Amino acid sequence: MRIRVDPDKCQGHARCYGLAPQLFDVDDYGLSTAVGDGTVPPELEDRARLAIANCPEFAIEVIAD
Amino acid sequence: MTDPLPVVRWDTDFDVLSPTYVADPFRIWDQLRKTCPVAHTDRRGSTWLPTRYQDVVDLAHDVDHFSSTEIAVIPFAGEPPDEPVLEYGLPPISADPPLHTWTRRLLLPWFSHRRVEGYEPLTRSLCAELLDGFIDQGRADAARDYAQQIPVRVIAAILGVPSSLSDTFTGWVRDVLEFADDPERRIRGVEGLIGFFVEEVARRKTEPGDDLLSDLLHSEFDGEPVEESVVLGVAALVLIAGVDTTWSAIGSSLWHLATHPEDRERLRSEPDAMALAIEELLRAYSPVTMARVVTEDIDFEGCPMKAGDKVLMNFPAANRDPEAFEDADRVLLDRELNRHVAFGSGIHRCAGSNLARMELRVALEEWLARIPEFRLAGGEVTWAGGQVRGPRQLPVVFP
Repeated sequence: MRIRVDPDKCQGHARCYGLAPQLFDVDDYGLSTAVGDGTVPPELEDRARLAIANCPEFAIEVIAD
Repeated sequence: MTDPLPVVRWDTDFDVLSPTYVADPFRIWDQLRKTCPVAHTDRRGSTWLPTRYQDVVDLAHDVDHFSSTEIAVIPFAGEPPDEPVLEYGLPPISADPPLHTWTRRLLLPWFSHRRVEGYEPLTRSLCAELLDGFIDQGRADAARDYAQQIPVRVIAAILGVPSSLSDTFTGWVRDVLEFADDPERRIRGVEGLIGFFVEEVARRKTEPGDDLLSDLLHSEFDGEPVEESVVLGVAALVLIAGVDTTWSAIGSSLWHLATHPEDRERLRSEPDAMALAIEELLRAYSPVTMARVVTEDIDFEGCPMKAGDKVLMNFPAANRDPEAFEDADRVLLDRELNRHVAFGSGIHRCAGSNLARMELRVALEEWLARIPEFRLAGGEVTWAGGQVRGPRQLPVVFP
């Protein structure tokens, strides 16, 4: 599983960071990005889904391989 | 404040200051969602009230048709002043792009995750000190003695203004937001706030400190120093927005825990449950409603909105919409699917949301650690409503 945060949609709610700090970084202006190249370790896939399901801006996407 | 005329029809003549609405808006929203999801009133000017999640989100994202230049839910009741007190209002909350964009960037780093972690020890010791003050009495007003005292002191520290003036700040903010219907009180609040910051800004020109106000004063936009009226507007906004919003969220959450023993027990025995619980409490008891002004005539969901009409950004009702949340009226501390919009949606997402979350979490953690068992004392619980909903008097006992 790979994820990315759409920078045009992210408004800095930081819900993803709160739910899965291992998978997201958030900068000083609130913009979230996926850590590294967005690859989610299998044991964190549930966390990634939780983050996706809670983003109020629908800004997190799963990248199709 | 005198009670408004009783409301007979909520779809065509609603009043957010009606005691019925303030006490229990939830049933009114449920009814409206089924019969007239965007209600209207001509009380205090032509105003619309959306109640569905998707409508509120769509309105928040359409910043071209719905401007933030009038954000007060209760418009000024007296004669408007000849000239605005603050030339630029309270940016970024009362601004549209481009003013919104660059003033927001001045503010955001002060409320980043990293910075907010730094404010946590202060918040925790503040909570402990407040609890020390009443724990031996076996009773307290959880709103006045606790919730109300926390955010104002944290925000004062961030701004670099004396926390000994907390009660004065709280008074001004309530005058502006809660008693906005009373022109005298609103003027008193606005003049108090602005006058205070004019003096604080003057002092920082010669004695800059390591605080938000000094930072604003010495920041630049497009190579030019930021105008003083912008600095005053941003500073006043930080104080107004940082005080009774979070205080209301803490108060409502304590009210919930006082009346729901099973949830109290859960948070006490499982500290890890707190993260999701905080989001659920924010959803169920969202304190803040904002307003927008319609920029040009537009049909929205069949409603003929006219330029100049107000639209109330009913985030609290959006968060109770059964189309968006299963069992929307039940507080489920473990709710896993929770795209709540307690902090708004789109470009005006609350700039202080990280701070508010931290304050709410720490306030509940500290309270539960010291007062694991408590319940309503039986005295009157009073609620404020309108722009910000939350308990103003919340007597509890912990014998």
